[in-house]
Amino acid sequence: MTALHAAVPMLNALASADENSWISFHWQELADNFWNATFDGLTFGAIYALVALGYTLVYGVLNLINFAHSEVFITGAYAVVFTLSALGFGASVPNLGWGAIILNLLLALVVAMVVSSLVALGVERIAYKPLRARNAPRLVFLITAIGMSFVIQYAFFWWRGAVAEPSVTMFEDKPIFIIFGSTISLSTLIIVGAAVVMMVGVDQLIRRTRVGRGIRAVAQDPDTATLMGVNRERIIMITFVIGGALAGAAALFYVMKVPAGVQYNGGFILGIKAFTAAVLGGIGNIRGALLGGLLLGVIGNYGAWLLGSAQWIDVVSFIILILVLMVRPDGILGSNLGKVRA
Amino acid sequence: MTPPIDSVAGVQAKADEQAEETRGGGRFAGLSKWWNGLERWQQWGVLSIAVVLLYLLPILNPPILSTESAGYNFPLACFDAARFALVALGLNVVVGQAGLLDLGYIGFFAVGSYVAALWTSPDSTMVKIPYLATLPLAMIVTGIVGMLIGIPTLRLRGDYLAIVTLGFGEIIRLLATIIPALKGNTGFQSIGRPPGTDDKGVPIFVQSNGTAWYWLILTVIIITMLLLGNLERSRVGRAWIAIREDEDAAEVMGVPTFKFKMWAFCLGAALGGLSGAIFAGQVGFVNNQKFDVATSMLFIAAVVMGGAGNKFGAILGGILVSYLPIRFIFIAEQKYLVFGIILVLIMIFRPQGLFGARNHLLAYGKKAKRVAARLRRDAGREQEVTS
Repeated sequence: MTALHAAVPMLNALASADENSWISFHWQELADNFWNATFDGLTFGAIYALVALGYTLVYGVLNLINFAHSEVFITGAYAVVFTLSALGFGASVPNLGWGAIILNLLLALVVAMVVSSLVALGVERIAYKPLRARNAPRLVFLITAIGMSFVIQYAFFWWRGAVAEPSVTMFEDKPIFIIFGSTISLSTLIIVGAAVVMMVGVDQLIRRTRVGRGIRAVAQDPDTATLMGVNRERIIMITFVIGGALAGAAALFYVMKVPAGVQYNGGFILGIKAFTAAVLGGIGNIRGALLGGLLLGVIGNYGAWLLGSAQWIDVVSFIILILVLMVRPDGILGSNLGKVRA
Repeated sequence: MTPPIDSVAGVQAKADEQAEETRGGGRFAGLSKWWNGLERWQQWGVLSIAVVLLYLLPILNPPILSTESAGYNFPLACFDAARFALVALGLNVVVGQAGLLDLGYIGFFAVGSYVAALWTSPDSTMVKIPYLATLPLAMIVTGIVGMLIGIPTLRLRGDYLAIVTLGFGEIIRLLATIIPALKGNTGFQSIGRPPGTDDKGVPIFVQSNGTAWYWLILTVIIITMLLLGNLERSRVGRAWIAIREDEDAAEVMGVPTFKFKMWAFCLGAALGGLSGAIFAGQVGFVNNQKFDVATSMLFIAAVVMGGAGNKFGAILGGILVSYLPIRFIFIAEQKYLVFGIILVLIMIFRPQGLFGARNHLLAYGKKAKRVAARLRRDAGREQEVTS
């Protein structure tokens, strides 16, 4: 830290922050907020990781980037907001006991997971299955996926307009304990904890169950898997359902963390960041998605503090994406769902 | 006993012709047949009449095409359509010819616009140069930016390239928002325009004079099409088609794929920058709001709708994407939704677009097959003679 502090005046002299400057560095702010940035980054990272799993699973099984996955996520976020509003949640927390609040949140979680997996399944049915049937080139899949993503996005635009949904407070976000002078709040604990539990669950599902074996088989070699009696279409459907359900869970955490972020195009940037997380960890690799998500969340937050605005998070993420693809396109942990050992 | 090689080749050629007749062109088959049947001088004659009509279009203001009933100035609508056509023409080089799905084309368009803004607007602290000089400058700058993006990303295949370019387009918009010197939402006003005033002393190229701007961009389009047409028939164009159809096979056959992909990417970027600079001059105001990803998707929709790989198709797509929302208000309200649905439907039912590149390719293929058949026949005769 001291080396950082010493470097601050020098680096700031390089870039003065006047009206016509191009870029300026705020090393002091980053050093002061280092641990805050880290824990906040981990929270966002957990959300990216959950969405990233959807990209990774589909890529592993179909070798296809599901561009419409960000819209699966944002549909889940709408479902969360609508469900909670219907249950009486609003700008302030309803006067309920903790038990009732937890029950309501669980209900919203289930609704979001169901809605998201249905949307994911729908996208698969409308946009990918007909093309698979006629062996279309990959570019065609990609363009259809973009089209689907647009259709869903602008259907919401049509329905809800360009404004964000009114924010929903789920519970009083109390500080739980303090590490390195940074408070860890209840929502951070819930989000990171639940995301890690879910990801371990999916990892075990893939490694230990019959369905997981089917997914691995199709990922490794679809033709041979079919010959060995694996129902490929069923496996593809299950993959989309799992990915969609995780995106729905991510949507609940996202609304918890960014209550004002639910609007028609709210999924787009998050989708790209989640994809970056998947690539960073190794696309097609489930543990890679978790690692990539957490890393990306933390690095993006450091970048935001350093460069002085939250919008830099997105720029930093895109730059990381390009750097990873340049240096190690296989990602940190390598990329192949088919090679996972049980 | 095998049948003589001669007759096999003949039957094959006949089958090919039949297959092409049933498959090729669809609705437009008659049109392209008529066109191919014309003599060279007749083709030029038809083309010149068409070009003259195109130049006269904003003045003629034909009642069926006119947008006045929808409350939109028709010459400006012509300019808008031509602007999209130029963008589609540039993007078609990247997506249609070389098969590189570039989703961040709006980024190049934005860079071109900002080049024009930074070097001509009084709001910028940079040196001022005449507006027309910013057009080649915009092409050079975006070409270089295209190269910088291309170096790391063009080694990637389809989907990765798509998502990286998508990120790039978004980076440009975000940078325009965050970096103080680019003035975010405030933007740059009074961007330069081409010189010249009419007899009353009013500048010819004012924002409201769609006709002048339309003529400028139409001229640019015609020059671009002539140059691109030559390029397509050259070694470069063939290399692009080879890469688009099968990159590995092209590489194995000795096509330096990276080099030609880079050419396509830079050229496409430069054309995007050029259209951006012209757009900036016409609207006279540039800020970060004009360069969202949604517009980038409209560009893609234009190329794919018209038919990737066919420059006439791309132009038609560009015109449709800009003209339909202006002419029909019910589309204007939900144009992204409408074009999203069209994109999905086209990909599922007619992946080659309205005008596919397929005919073109098959024409080359047929010629090659005929030559091959002749060679085989000759070889067969020689064998008969020697045996």
